[in-house]
Amino acid sequence: MTLLPHIIPLFVVIPLGAAFLLSLLGKKVRALPDIFGFMTTFSLFVLSLFAVCFVNLSGTYVYSVGSWKPPVGISMVLDGLSAFMLVTVNIVAFLIAVYSTSYMNQYTSKWKFYTLFFLMLAGMNGVIITGDLFNLFVFLEIASVASYALVAFGTEKHELEAAFKYAVMSTVGSLFILFGIVLLYSCTSTLNMADMSRCLEGTCNSNITLMVSVLFIMGFGLKAALVPFHAWLPDAHPSAPAPISAMLSGVLIKSLGVYALCRIFFNVIGLTSMISEIFLFIGVLSMVIGVFLAIGQWDLKRLLAYHSISQIGYVILGIGLGTPLGIFGGLFHLFNHSIFKSLLFLNSGAVEYAAGTRNLQQMGGLGKRMPVTGGTSLVASMSIAGIPPFNGFWSKLVIIMAAVEAGRYGYAFWAVLASLLTLASFMKVMKYAFMGSLHERWKEIKEVPFFMKVSMITLAFICIVGGILCFSAYKDMFLQQATNILLAGKKYAIIAFQEMK
Amino acid sequence: MIIYLLSFILFCLGIYCILRKRNIIKIIVGIIITEYAVNLFFILSAYRIEGRAPIYSAEAEILNMVDPLPHALVLTSIVIGLATTALLVAIAMRIYEKYGTFDITQIRELKG
Repeated sequence: MTLLPHIIPLFVVIPLGAAFLLSLLGKKVRALPDIFGFMTTFSLFVLSLFAVCFVNLSGTYVYSVGSWKPPVGISMVLDGLSAFMLVTVNIVAFLIAVYSTSYMNQYTSKWKFYTLFFLMLAGMNGVIITGDLFNLFVFLEIASVASYALVAFGTEKHELEAAFKYAVMSTVGSLFILFGIVLLYSCTSTLNMADMSRCLEGTCNSNITLMVSVLFIMGFGLKAALVPFHAWLPDAHPSAPAPISAMLSGVLIKSLGVYALCRIFFNVIGLTSMISEIFLFIGVLSMVIGVFLAIGQWDLKRLLAYHSISQIGYVILGIGLGTPLGIFGGLFHLFNHSIFKSLLFLNSGAVEYAAGTRNLQQMGGLGKRMPVTGGTSLVASMSIAGIPPFNGFWSKLVIIMAAVEAGRYGYAFWAVLASLLTLASFMKVMKYAFMGSLHERWKEIKEVPFFMKVSMITLAFICIVGGILCFSAYKDMFLQQATNILLAGKKYAIIAFQEMK
Repeated sequence: MIIYLLSFILFCLGIYCILRKRNIIKIIVGIIITEYAVNLFFILSAYRIEGRAPIYSAEAEILNMVDPLPHALVLTSIVIGLATTALLVAIAMRIYEKYGTFDITQIRELKG
């Protein structure tokens, strides 16, 4: 059993090592990027499933980097919430790597794509697994810098413009986060999150906590694209290649934004009623404004990007409620959204691969020529709109139930309304893109290659069966563990310190 | 106290520069200024009055010493800043090749 904590750093080491080797060898061996992409992401996926099992068996694990005992050294903490996020990130990363083996053939220098992809993955896994605040900032920057380069990957006019806008706004967000970390450090003289949470209880001036809260909401809100800070997302996500759009919308904004917000506000600073009100307000604002902006779009990927803002609003609304049911619903929706939104972006990539257009008005009847793409995107659309047997329905239902239970009828109403508008906008997508009569231009169109089909079908399958996660047997194993960590609040410090001893 | 305020003013100047300037290169300079302001603040938070370097020596008795940890952290953050700046400048060069201008009012084919 003593070996178990040693798998924790592997989540960062494996993708980082793969990125290093690929940048050395990728140019010389042509098949290497695909093989590496498959092997690395698959091993990470299996490891993350193991992590869930370990957490279920015996709770939290702490690994001290370089055997420096915390709080002096950097520690890596694997608990319920980290395990949950690791599974979410790595399952999507694995399926996207499978998809990219075919899709990225249209671009030159595939190895550069995979190198940046692995750097981004290492950054995201690092943010999730670390227990040290400055370390979190470093991993966050690794993931962000890799994602700026990936958005500009096509190096055409629009890609560059979007990448510049994204890079400037996101850098400012990072600087706010760093400023907040400096203030917290000068107040508590420690960087370990568990230790910091303990120190904040006693001596710290409440004005500093307030200032730090504002800085973190701005910084992580920018990373998560919550509404006052969302302007970069509708440009950046559509401009990237489709697998990267799926990665950015599916997991990057969640692990860098939502996860970091939750971890810091629940476990380090402590959730006050004021912060909770701010979360609720921002959540509803993103939910409603995102969906209203989405309805009018004709560019398929841009429409999906606006829906990301709206769905992140649901997650923040659920988590901001602070009740057990609300947090459960928020985390459940986070998982579901990462599955169906990556599926939708992969579908849009498949359409672009086959037909070469993203404009909904030029499509029509594609479902007849591309049955797999049409079918899977129907599943994903129903899932995001909240039609009963699919996973999106269950998580939205839980969030709305939690809002009613907490007596927040107004917020529940907006959540229902946003869900109806989502349904309307996806009916538009299905009607213009896949249903109807086949356009003359698309008579010769072919279905996408095998690997792209495999990854889309797998994601659609998860969408269909995802609902079982909210029933008792699976719930206890996977989601309840994560919910418990957030509910424990500042007791996180005690749990983490017991493990360190 | 005044010295902390000065670094905060530098921070605000950098943010102003990012928000108000139209030239891409000036925006990048604004980001650099903001970054330096945060780094400076980090170093200042480690300083103690009449402090000295925390190195043990037999003859001198250490009364006040500066906190060494922020110095190490600031090095990391400077390196991160270097990477970000290099990427931004590379993107800016490519933008100039495509659009033929650095003026952001003319680089607006996407509507955010």
